[in-house]
Amino acid sequence: MTVVTYRQAITRGIADALAADDDVFLFGEDVARAGGAFKTTDGIWERFGDERVLDTPISEQAIVGTAIGAAIRGLRPLAEVMFADFAAVCFDGIVNELAKYRYMTGGQVTCPVTIHMANGAGTGFAAQHSQPAENWFLNTPGLKIVVPGTAADAYGLMRAAVADDDPVLYFEHKGLFGRREELPDDAPIVPLGVAETVRAGEHCTVVATQLMRHRAVEAAELLEREGISVEVIDPRTLVPFDHDTVRASVERTNRLVVAQEGSAGGSWGGTLITALLQEGFELLDAPPLLVCSEETPVAYAAALEAAWLPSVERIADGIRRTVAY
Amino acid sequence: MTAKTAGGQAAAATPPDRDAQLEMLRAMHEIRFFEDACHRLFATGAVRGTTHLCQGQEAVAVGACHALRREDQMTCTYRGHGAVLAKGAPLDRSFGEILGKAPGLCGGKGGSMHLTDVEAGALGSFAIVGGHLPVSVGVGFAARYRGTDEVSICFFGDGSTNIGAFHESLNLAAVWRLPVLFVIENNLYGEYSPLSSTTPIEVLADRAASYGMPGIRIDGNDVLEVHATISEAAARARAGEGPTLIEAMTYRQKGHSRADPAKYRPEGELEAWLKRDPIVLHERALAEAGVPQERLDEIRAAAEQAVEEALERAQSWPDPDPETRLEHVYA
Ligand SMILES: Cc1ncc(C[n+]2csc(CCOP(=O)(O)OP(=O)(O)O)c2C)c(N)n1
Ligand SMILES: [Mg+2]
Repeated sequence: MTVVTYRQAITRGIADALAADDDVFLFGEDVARAGGAFKTTDGIWERFGDERVLDTPISEQAIVGTAIGAAIRGLRPLAEVMFADFAAVCFDGIVNELAKYRYMTGGQVTCPVTIHMANGAGTGFAAQHSQPAENWFLNTPGLKIVVPGTAADAYGLMRAAVADDDPVLYFEHKGLFGRREELPDDAPIVPLGVAETVRAGEHCTVVATQLMRHRAVEAAELLEREGISVEVIDPRTLVPFDHDTVRASVERTNRLVVAQEGSAGGSWGGTLITALLQEGFELLDAPPLLVCSEETPVAYAAALEAAWLPSVERIADGIRRTVAY
Repeated sequence: MTAKTAGGQAAAATPPDRDAQLEMLRAMHEIRFFEDACHRLFATGAVRGTTHLCQGQEAVAVGACHALRREDQMTCTYRGHGAVLAKGAPLDRSFGEILGKAPGLCGGKGGSMHLTDVEAGALGSFAIVGGHLPVSVGVGFAARYRGTDEVSICFFGDGSTNIGAFHESLNLAAVWRLPVLFVIENNLYGEYSPLSSTTPIEVLADRAASYGMPGIRIDGNDVLEVHATISEAAARARAGEGPTLIEAMTYRQKGHSRADPAKYRPEGELEAWLKRDPIVLHERALAEAGVPQERLDEIRAAAEQAVEEALERAQSWPDPDPETRLEHVYA
């Protein structure tokens, strides 16, 4: 058991994926010699060499397309798109080619592509480098989406993503890079589509990912002192989504709060609430609540950005109101 | 046609023998009859959505694909029936796909714009302009990574040289020296706009200079010139000498898509190009080289019959079971 940062867990996941399968190669802007803009690929090029770890030009469309072309010819590309915001530049490749290739060809090919990108707000990068971009892809069938919130999940989901035969978008949260946690030397692969119940509780189910997962846990601890018992679930994978775990929890708590970074429209939290209303309306003793960001871009100044991200206090407040309903 | 030299060390390829030349004639006839049939089928409503046909451009697909091996890998556009057939996809299952039949190449999930036959090395037809150029780079990367000497050939239109993916793809293929042949089918129009109204330079092959790769403009209606150019570029690619940009000058004899009457063409343009029809040119060359007219007629008739029989088979096939819409779904 060693203590590692979330960032180091990603690096270990990438290294182990490369070591496990010669068909895996890593490429992207500054991922090789420089070790990545966020140092998530530090030391990988030194270990695996020029053939398997490649720096690219600043060409996100070429990066995504190259991953697709290599994948349909038997390789397992692991591509880095530095900031998730830049996925907008290669949106066509992701939604029109990558997501649809297997389906459109009647299953003649699979696309075992992993694209990992740095996501999320809270670090002062302003509007074009802070978006929770995972929500952009929810309405495109054909993409698996993972959002690890801990070192163990960062490692285990990276391994699962690269081993998967279909496309996986892997979003790592910039605000978590420095978080330190224990990671066993033989840390397990985390299967896609399986949620983790982070904390058991009786009065309310809170679903949250990444930065919000940690804030939800803090809120739960705060409320425990007030006699409110909160269950926290981290879905870890947004597509496919582990509805069963959430439903089983709501069957006991009869209340649902989703704490989400990012605005409500077209988001995973909104989708989860819709699904639960349709399938489990009778389970609920209170209206489900989405605690989320306002419908604005992310601002730069610390005070402005902090107000955009749901705080521990806002999440706790939402839970209080839901429980008191 | 003006031609720039490809340079490089690869040896000049041997020209195709008489049988291979007759085979190319047969292949061009098949594509022509296939496209004419698609035109009729669209008019009767048997083909849904849209079609983009390639009558007049057959020599590019046939000259290029016949210069390559079955293991070489091809990507193309929505105007790709010719390229997919030239690469070796069966006529009947290609018709079947366009008609939306269960035994179609993609089980009816792709249609006219997405014909794909991986077994034949026809890796995909793409309907987003420029969308497949980056994919062709990855195909070339995989060939080299896996230590094969396969080449990746990518067909696209003149209009596609103005989309960003074109530049990113040529640049990356060149900087990694990948075995990719980028083939522009310059048919003078992007949809309804003549090239001169959208593009400030006349010779698109000149764009290769920006990426430090050879750029060649050739007569795309001369199937043997296409064959020779692709053979040489493929040899260079196999020898590790990197990608080539080939601009094949050609003409689409029908409208852009569907029932487009192509009223935007200047008077006399179509007629002039019909005189340079690639099938007519190749037949004439073969006749001049001593192939008897009866032999040429036989080849044409056999192609017509093969296409008709394939179409009849495809028309008799069942529609896909609606349940199959949920196959090949994973997220
Ligand atoms: C990204 C994108 N923009 C626009 C279109 C619509 N469109 C379809 S074909 C076409 C013209 C393309 O011209 P060219 O590349 O010369 O190919 P051609 O059709 O002449 O074979 C356009 C604009 C598209 N499919 N994709
Ligand atoms: Mg054109």
